[in-house]
Amino acid sequence: MKKELTRQQYLDLYYYMRLNRAVEDTMVKLFRQNKIVGGLYSSLGQEAISVGTAYALEKKDWLAPMIRNIGALLVKGVPPRDIFMQHMAKYDSPTKGKDGTSHFGDLDNLHIVSPISMLGDLIPVMTGVAMAGRYLGQKIVAMTWIGDGGSSTGVFHEGLNFAATQKAPFVLVLENNLWAYSTPVRRQVQLENLADRAKAYGIDSYIVDGNDAVAVYSTAKEAVDRARAGEGPILIEAKTFRRLGHAQHDPAEYVPKEMRAHWEARDPITLYEKFLTSEKILDAKTKKEIEDKLDTLLAKEREFAENSPMPPAELAETGVYCTGDDCHKIRAKWERPVAEVSPPKSSVAAVWTIPGFGSGKGSGGVNAPIHFGDTPAAAEKSVNAAKSVNGGKSSAKAAAKTTAKKTVKAGTASASRKARR
Amino acid sequence: MAKTNGTGTNGAATRGAPVTFLEGIRQAMFEEMDRDPAVVLLGEDVGVYGGAFKTSEGLLERFGWERVIDTPISESAIIGAACGMSYLGLRPIVEMQFIDFIVCAFNQITNFVAKGHYLWNAPAPMVIRGPSGGGVHGGPFHSANPEMYFVHTPGLKVIYPSTPYDAKGLLKAAVRDNNPVLFFEHKFLYRRIKGEVPDGDYTVPIGKAVVRREGKHLTILSYAAMMHTSLEAAEALAKEGIEAEVIDLRTLLPLDEETILQSVKKTNKCLVVHEDTKTGGIAGEIAAILCEKAFGDLDGPLVRVTSLDTPVPYAPTLEDYFLPNAKKIFSAAKELARY
Repeated sequence: MKKELTRQQYLDLYYYMRLNRAVEDTMVKLFRQNKIVGGLYSSLGQEAISVGTAYALEKKDWLAPMIRNIGALLVKGVPPRDIFMQHMAKYDSPTKGKDGTSHFGDLDNLHIVSPISMLGDLIPVMTGVAMAGRYLGQKIVAMTWIGDGGSSTGVFHEGLNFAATQKAPFVLVLENNLWAYSTPVRRQVQLENLADRAKAYGIDSYIVDGNDAVAVYSTAKEAVDRARAGEGPILIEAKTFRRLGHAQHDPAEYVPKEMRAHWEARDPITLYEKFLTSEKILDAKTKKEIEDKLDTLLAKEREFAENSPMPPAELAETGVYCTGDDCHKIRAKWERPVAEVSPPKSSVAAVWTIPGFGSGKGSGGVNAPIHFGDTPAAAEKSVNAAKSVNGGKSSAKAAAKTTAKKTVKAGTASASRKARR
Repeated sequence: MAKTNGTGTNGAATRGAPVTFLEGIRQAMFEEMDRDPAVVLLGEDVGVYGGAFKTSEGLLERFGWERVIDTPISESAIIGAACGMSYLGLRPIVEMQFIDFIVCAFNQITNFVAKGHYLWNAPAPMVIRGPSGGGVHGGPFHSANPEMYFVHTPGLKVIYPSTPYDAKGLLKAAVRDNNPVLFFEHKFLYRRIKGEVPDGDYTVPIGKAVVRREGKHLTILSYAAMMHTSLEAAEALAKEGIEAEVIDLRTLLPLDEETILQSVKKTNKCLVVHEDTKTGGIAGEIAAILCEKAFGDLDGPLVRVTSLDTPVPYAPTLEDYFLPNAKKIFSAAKELARY
């Protein structure tokens, strides 16, 4: 850890890590009292990653947590009561009891996208968020997380590759906590550093000690700044360890005791406290103030959550579809002139230019041969024979101006999907 | 204000020049992108090449690289990205080069896109469209009718039109809908079918079937390419004195139960024709609806004319045997009319 942040930033990181842990400690109590409906997934020992990376984002930026990224949600502004109520399936929770854990989001204010349980799906989704933000001129960065286990999914590769080809302002944090449920990382991936996966997509990556809050924040800040500046997506591998089982039900006896002890000695909050104390940023009085603040806050938040009712049964039937503008105002928030993406300004010569070789031709016109199913005129039918006498040329008047009436040889059209697969 | 149509006998427009089915789809995208800068198109070879079927011809020229995006061969990434875009108020149209490949993004569609509004109040206004169906000897991976995988998924809407008028009007409605819409384009119809579309802006309401041919002896329910085959069979039946009412379902989810029930109440007999395979096809669902809501109206069994329960075979002899045709419909209808 090196000193480069403001005092307030150091203390913010400390506060959110403590809040992260305190929220989860509270939920362990709720779980043991049978007040949590489903599973409880711990981020014990990984708080520096959730907090340090999310703290590098600006308010307008977007994030999508994984199940253990409670700290990221807290940094983004989610009140602890929402997290408690999600786990307790309460009516006042963000999903009104329709889903649990960190599976909730907020499109309008906090800019949070809800995860689903299938790992990796968030990567293309957040790539799309990043692309849309850029398109609208919002200068945002999108961030999500993935684990060592999730980095083996197909959609991880599809998503990161697509993000790379689009140079999307997107930061992916790969939390390598060494265990995917009960399977150690070496049985999942034959790479020493999972950051090396970035090379496959031609994007930059960082490796950071995931238990060093300052290092995580500094790295994430640099990555976020670079992504925002248009350098494309960046992968950060944060090396850490999952201290508890996959979830509360799992005692994780498959983890060697020595391994656990090794990492327990590297607790990110303890390490950070030592650093802050030695740098004279945190003294006993400030620490006590923070702890009192947390106690008061969480008692209040927990009380609110416990008092919230279960959702009424009939709620199960509602909300499958968005029924129109009464339901949601869907509006793109433009922060650039719309004229830039509208004709005539948006119009381009639609050709590929290959460096060193010049340009190819544009598409072949509406009457070009197509992949399958092209038919001679004799085989044509009419929906309404009486009315459709003119089987000839297309009448797309809007298209007339822009359609290049070129002819492409049949061979070009069959450079096809079929050949590739 | 958009005009709507679709309650008439054949849903056809009264003016405008005839265009192909494919051109109706292209015009819909073109006009929607012109109307709303939040509409963008993503897909494999949709830009410079104009799409494998030339459905997006001319769009890149007009709307530029930011709005017409050639993607890698990554269906999950394309659909995932479109979903993310929709969260910021864009209205992406995604082209699957062949609808067969939509299953590569099955998880993204059924778990992410479809469940978002129910679970966390996140509408995902996006359209996933692409060429489907057989009859052009595309073989087992370029001929699929995978609509029922998605009709079984709450949160999606599923459209499968049969005329240029409907294709254009329904695609425009799909782009403007606040929900994820799957839009199946039967590739056999692309350049074989022509029909009139109006000059101005119009939409066709999602979730409404249309009576294509009135009749009193039995009801034939169908959609997409088989709608035309059913009409052909109905003409042959008429020569034998059997007047079949032919209904084009147009939207499979939500299904227009009212129009179906109304017709069956009148004819008391129902035949369902679809190109999808038999087991788990929409005909089974319709049979259940009729049993629940029109049991007393039925004078005979619900009859299905569908493709075989096999993959779509490649050889013309095999595929022709696999698919329903007017002759099969004619025989089944004649049999049903005896009740």
